[in-house]
Amino acid sequence: MALKGNLHDFSITQLLNLIHLARKTGTLAIDGKRSAARASFREGKLVFAQTDTLDSRLVGMLVKVGKITPDQGKKIPTNKTDRDLANLLVQAGLLTKTELDQMVRNNVKDVVDRMFALTDGLFRFEPNVLPEDRLWAEPPINLDGIIMEGTRRLKESERLQEEIPNLEVTLRFTDRPDAKLRNVNLSVDEWRVVSYINPKNTIRQIAQANSMSDLQIRKIVYAMLQAGLVEVVQPAALPAPAAVPGGRAAPPKAFASNEEKRSVVNKLISFFNR
Amino acid sequence: MQTVKMVVTGPFAAGKTEFIRTISEIDVVSTERKITSDAERIKDATTVAMDFGRITVDEELVLYLFGTPGQKRFDFMWEILSEGMLGFIVIVDSSRPETFREARGILDTFRGYAETPYVIAANKQDHEDAWSPDDLRIALKISKEIKVLPCVANDKDLVKGVLLELLYSILETMDLEGAG
Repeated sequence: MALKGNLHDFSITQLLNLIHLARKTGTLAIDGKRSAARASFREGKLVFAQTDTLDSRLVGMLVKVGKITPDQGKKIPTNKTDRDLANLLVQAGLLTKTELDQMVRNNVKDVVDRMFALTDGLFRFEPNVLPEDRLWAEPPINLDGIIMEGTRRLKESERLQEEIPNLEVTLRFTDRPDAKLRNVNLSVDEWRVVSYINPKNTIRQIAQANSMSDLQIRKIVYAMLQAGLVEVVQPAALPAPAAVPGGRAAPPKAFASNEEKRSVVNKLISFFNR
Repeated sequence: MQTVKMVVTGPFAAGKTEFIRTISEIDVVSTERKITSDAERIKDATTVAMDFGRITVDEELVLYLFGTPGQKRFDFMWEILSEGMLGFIVIVDSSRPETFREARGILDTFRGYAETPYVIAANKQDHEDAWSPDDLRIALKISKEIKVLPCVANDKDLVKGVLLELLYSILETMDLEGAG
């Protein structure tokens, strides 16, 4: 009988612990509110994982690590399984077995990292069901470290929730960032968030626009707050939300009229002419 | 406080980061990392995501400059960045004709995102191999209504000049739209 339930009642960490201790073989499927994920295990060790927010096909992994471009990826025939394709690439000397194994392991770990962000949704463990045509982590990944990391994340998540309890507030760039901005390096995800920062967009809208979980957005916003890059606009000062149809956050713009736009442009011209 | 933004785009190593750094009042926040690809080894480090600069005009108005990533694999960022921009600047390394085709492609892509005024900055005019703005106009097939401006990305006056010309172009476009 399949093991099933809701993550509300039994967390990812607890599930992994169970699979690890019982040395289970099979596939865990999770259907969260915002995303779905699957992870497969052989005798309690992780061999495969995929989520709808990260391409776990071989072509997707090759693009991600920069081995091929997205355009080249599109030209690869889709009628071969990942295993067949991997064999061809290794035989042709385009990829070493070590590189392949490392890439797959990293991808599986990335997916499981994302799974920890799922706190709600239905799960189901199908015993002895394994994705035979997909690439497995070689050697299988021991769950000890992953569970420990997950527990640490859970604590981090709780702490972040205390730091940023309300995702309905908005952000703005701080007026005095220069002292703290030196040597700040931002990831692509952080830049995605930066491009939506505007007192008209709530943190939740920014997360939705970038398909980020609550944990991911809290982490990024917290780092930016700490770096002095942004500050929270208190709800009392909020203008009307600027969401556009579809729940997407509005981009930083807004001219109520052409006159207003003209005035802004003229102001900028005067400024640069000084 | 009102915030407006302009986007600075162009091919890899064209001088976008330097351009923003020259005019920004804050240290430009950029994510640079070592280059691994042979094709991109022309520069020791490249912009992974984008650059971000700020110019405070007064208490009520702040201009943000967003630089786009130079490499094609980050082009998913372009559309996000282009949303709500006042205008954009395409920076071209005038001394590297091998990048002109790419510059043209980037220009066409951005024009597809929004009908926003833009100018071309013919950068590295201090380089002995630099093509003149007029030659660059022909090479890039830029129509005469669009300004192709001489630029040296670390020369503040020239950078200001490029921004001013873009602002004038925005006003001219508004006048034309108003007349139409």
